[in-house]
Amino acid sequence: MSTFFEKLKAYSKPGYYEKFDYHWTMTIDLDRCTGCEACVVACQAENNLPIVGEKQFARSREIKWIRIERYWEGDYPDVKMGFIPMLCQHCDDAPCETACPVFATYHNQDGLNTQIYNRCIGTRTCAVYCPYDVRYFNWFTYTWDEPLEQQLNPDVTVREKGVMEKCTFCIQRIRIAKDNAKDDDRRRVRDGEVVPACVQSCPTEAMVFGDSNDPDARVTKMMKNPRGYTVLKELNTTPSIVYLKKAQS
Amino acid sequence: MFDHGQPSYAEVNKDVLSVMLVTGPRYWMLLGGTMSVAAIFFFMPWIYQLFVGVGAAGMNRNAVWGTYLSNFIFWIGLSHSGTLLSAVLHITNSQWRKSIYRSAEAMTLFSLMTAVLFVMVHLGRVWYVHWSFPIPNQMGLWPNFRSPLMFDVMAITTYLIASSIFIYMGSLPDFAAVRDASTGLRRRLYTIFSFGWRGTAREWHTLGWAYTFFAVFVIPLAVSVHSIVSWDFALSVVPGLHHTIFAPYFVCGAIFSGTAGIVTVMYCLRKFLNFERYIGQEHLDNLGKLLILLSMIWSYINILELFGSWYGGTSFELEALKFKLTGFYAPLYWEMILFCAFVPLLMFSRKIRLSWNKMLVVSILINIGMLTERFIIVATSQPRKFLPDAFGFYFPSWIEISITVGSFAIFATLFLIFIKCVPAISIYEVKETLKPLRRNA
Repeated sequence: MSTFFEKLKAYSKPGYYEKFDYHWTMTIDLDRCTGCEACVVACQAENNLPIVGEKQFARSREIKWIRIERYWEGDYPDVKMGFIPMLCQHCDDAPCETACPVFATYHNQDGLNTQIYNRCIGTRTCAVYCPYDVRYFNWFTYTWDEPLEQQLNPDVTVREKGVMEKCTFCIQRIRIAKDNAKDDDRRRVRDGEVVPACVQSCPTEAMVFGDSNDPDARVTKMMKNPRGYTVLKELNTTPSIVYLKKAQS
Repeated sequence: MFDHGQPSYAEVNKDVLSVMLVTGPRYWMLLGGTMSVAAIFFFMPWIYQLFVGVGAAGMNRNAVWGTYLSNFIFWIGLSHSGTLLSAVLHITNSQWRKSIYRSAEAMTLFSLMTAVLFVMVHLGRVWYVHWSFPIPNQMGLWPNFRSPLMFDVMAITTYLIASSIFIYMGSLPDFAAVRDASTGLRRRLYTIFSFGWRGTAREWHTLGWAYTFFAVFVIPLAVSVHSIVSWDFALSVVPGLHHTIFAPYFVCGAIFSGTAGIVTVMYCLRKFLNFERYIGQEHLDNLGKLLILLSMIWSYINILELFGSWYGGTSFELEALKFKLTGFYAPLYWEMILFCAFVPLLMFSRKIRLSWNKMLVVSILINIGMLTERFIIVATSQPRKFLPDAFGFYFPSWIEISITVGSFAIFATLFLIFIKCVPAISIYEVKETLKPLRRNA
């Protein structure tokens, strides 16, 4: 109980968000990314993302919490293609959080930008305010034909129509890791204990995930890489995802 | 101000009250018509959408805001002139306000209601809309007061309540006149509505004082409402929306389209309710001059907006500007410029300004322009934000178009009900403008 009050005190001070319990961060090495979209599929399976069908896909209503953006550079025949996996950047100063009238999206003490499906009334303002276009709306209540519903992840809610959703950094895995840490009477989650589905499935290990409050974590070291940058830095959203740009020869 | 000779006091009562008390088959047919259009075009598609999901509309991943929201801004805008103009003219003691302000205020009220309906249609889960109100609840959670949408909820509810009180207070002596002219149930109802108004000097004094107080109260409110609606857009980081000019832009556009709306409504009242005596060339002349002024302010702000985008010089802003001026919706943009910036200039000609038919056309053109202005704001900016890979495109589906058409029927229905419940012209204030010496009754 005393820790609860200590925390309450700490969190009621301005600037608490700079001293999160954890600060979950991801680095994505674009030099390693081959654009194979294994992360997209893994996310689909882990987070019960609906398959919207061909017709809705054509109307660009697909739901992909992580997508591979493809950019072309130069003219034929000297064409270069670049990939950039785009997912919720879990900004520390997220534009979407101020937009929601009902607090369906907020910043939690793990530095995560969370989305509470049950609270959402579907104004879709957060999606407009998001500069990265990574929020996805449930235009319909999607269903899974038998026996596909058997493969739904029991740790993740299935969303109904009229609700916004987005990448959670696999919050269910974070919760499980924190529970285990508590059970073992450890104070903190160890580095490498939480691995989101996309990171786990990346064949080239382009993505690294961890707690950047931990100075020894792998992700903290990766962030210091001189190739690191954040997307749309000029908007001052302070994203939690650091991209490492392609090495120049 | 009276084109066809000055009426007597008794004639004023008779002219205005007969609209309420005598109802012909034409009225019922019209009311039935607008109600069925509202039901078929607005409510049935909406019910379908409620069951299926908002996916029934044409919005998609990149364009999550659509016609519903642009229509919401349009209707809020249309609501802006009535109460605001009435209050401003009351304070400046303009005589010509007196025969048109009641209908103008009713227009405010009904377009606000239509706008609120559009918010409901827009929401993904409208059945939880009460969560956006600060009602104590078992979740122990207040709404997010940092959200511009929350400001919206507050501003619109306040405006709706304040303008309802304003129109009700102004109608009190007229409710008493209805009471005195009717029998049976209507008499008993209007006894309650008029709060037992007797017309003593003290009552008139209190009414005048309270009315002026409310007029002063309503003016900043009206300005704030559309500023706040503009902040829904301007507080985002979206290129093309993130402009500080947006608040004055929206307020000016709102008063502009609202004033044009008043002209349209005045035309209908005059034509169908035989108010030729009370709504005359003076009103048209003044409203026309106001429209010219507003159109020029509007054009100026539009130029400023383009300048801001260009001067900002970021590639995102320039891209948004380029799409707006030359992209798919460019014809709509230039149509808006034509209707809102150039057509109103025709009113510099006295001949056009004083002709009811020509003014009707001009006022409708202005409102078509303003409707497209709101559509352009929503459709050209937020589908194309920063990352080119996520660029999208928005085109309204038949459900959205049908609901847009139906909303006009809802407005007409409400207005038709209004003219049977409240005297459409302020009886007592028209009497104030009559010259006492020339009265002949």
